[in-house]
Amino acid sequence: MGIRNRIIDPVQFELTLNRLAYQLIEEHDDFAQTALIGIQPRGVHLASRLSDIIENVTGRNDIRKGQLDITFFRDDLRQRQSLPQASVTKLPFLVEDLRVVLIDDVLFTGRTIRAALDALLAHGRPRSVELAVLIDRRFSRELPIQPKYVGRSVDILSDQKVRVRWAHDENGDGQDHVELTSISSEND
Amino acid sequence: MTELRSKHLLGIRGLTRAELELIIDTAVEFKGVINRPIRKVPTLRDVTVANLFFEDSTRTRLSFELAEKRLSADVVNFSAASSSVSKGETLVDTVHNILAMKVDLVVMRHPHPGAAHFLASRVDVPIVNAGDGTHEHPTQALLDALSLKEQFGQLDGLKVTIVGDIRHSRVALSNILCLQKLGADVMVCGPSTLIPKHYASMGVHVEHDIDKALAWCDVANVLRIQLERQGGGDHIPFFPSLREYHAQYGVTKERLACAESGGKKITIMHPGPMNRGVEIASDVADGERSVILNQVENGVAVRMAVIYLLASGLGG
Repeated sequence: MGIRNRIIDPVQFELTLNRLAYQLIEEHDDFAQTALIGIQPRGVHLASRLSDIIENVTGRNDIRKGQLDITFFRDDLRQRQSLPQASVTKLPFLVEDLRVVLIDDVLFTGRTIRAALDALLAHGRPRSVELAVLIDRRFSRELPIQPKYVGRSVDILSDQKVRVRWAHDENGDGQDHVELTSISSEND
Repeated sequence: MTELRSKHLLGIRGLTRAELELIIDTAVEFKGVINRPIRKVPTLRDVTVANLFFEDSTRTRLSFELAEKRLSADVVNFSAASSSVSKGETLVDTVHNILAMKVDLVVMRHPHPGAAHFLASRVDVPIVNAGDGTHEHPTQALLDALSLKEQFGQLDGLKVTIVGDIRHSRVALSNILCLQKLGADVMVCGPSTLIPKHYASMGVHVEHDIDKALAWCDVANVLRIQLERQGGGDHIPFFPSLREYHAQYGVTKERLACAESGGKKITIMHPGPMNRGVEIASDVADGERSVILNQVENGVAVRMAVIYLLASGLGG
């Protein structure tokens, strides 16, 4: 096992989620033309937490929520050692002309977001697409992609990993937090 | 499990239950893809697939070709009728020539049982068996399993009867293996001349009375009478005439009504092409319990899943 460091504790985590939610409300007003789309698998938790907070604050319960799977849009089929498992794409609305917010937990190289854009555009032509992430790993981008909403920016070594741990994760400790691990401990 | 153990798909026989479920679950996601406004994903952008059909086929070949195109693979087609096979070239030579043109994956249908296994032992690209003679037709069994899963949720304990020409049917063998691995109870039904004796040893029920078979089952998978494989010339036919076959074994509305008198409903499947009025009556084929066109739709999704899973092992 390598070293694990908590970089966001449960209290800060909650504050950060709330801030992101308020920023979205500020920008999107009544969400009438907005869709929040979580990227499978890990962006989906963040998207549902954010939409819960937004619905609580605004009193609305009809915000469009979707899940987007990008497996078939990846560009690394031949490079990968193991095959990622495909998950569900659930977009119970037309993205045509909507203001879409793509949501993921960690932004690293930007390749996932590139794939997500392709996957999203296969469903129609949104009016605009924004990106919200909990963690932005700066200086590690391989494509020209920047998020509009950022929970926390971190500058870390390329052989370290950031993991967002949700309270409901299997073999988690029941607390929302973010931790930094070195690659050698990636056996979980 | 996220990967298949073998680099080929030669038959259902070599697959575990977990692998069958992996293919079917992946196919469900691809079915979502082919029902979107844009029915194409860029997954296999730089992969070239050769479809080698040494035996006639419309549905399977179109289905594979569509599956490959929906995955953005490059596709080349080959059919024996218009090829060097008629000039005496061997199978292995033909395939090596095609591979020399840098093909990544081969889908093959061949009239000889075991042709896909033979080829897999001699070339080193993934081979997908699209039917080898009277042996196996794995993607058909997988699409049938997907169609049943959609209808019933799961296959455990499901009673499936396969009616018709079991002797010449690769669909029957692949289906029996696949259904049994997924927990279903299988019966074969047909004239004794069309059911080889060894089928009983596979753990399936053997029934020669269609009415008893229908009374037993939840699903009837009706197979085509393979007119081209019934011998001919001096060969003694397996049944007297098509008319007699229809009278004895044709699945008709009256037979179904009788079997369903207890209140159950029988789902009707057919791998195609249908001989209407021989093994299946038109009003049954077009009836509300027929999932025949779902099977065709699922065929594309299943073949996308198989090619996707095998192509992921190609490496850089």
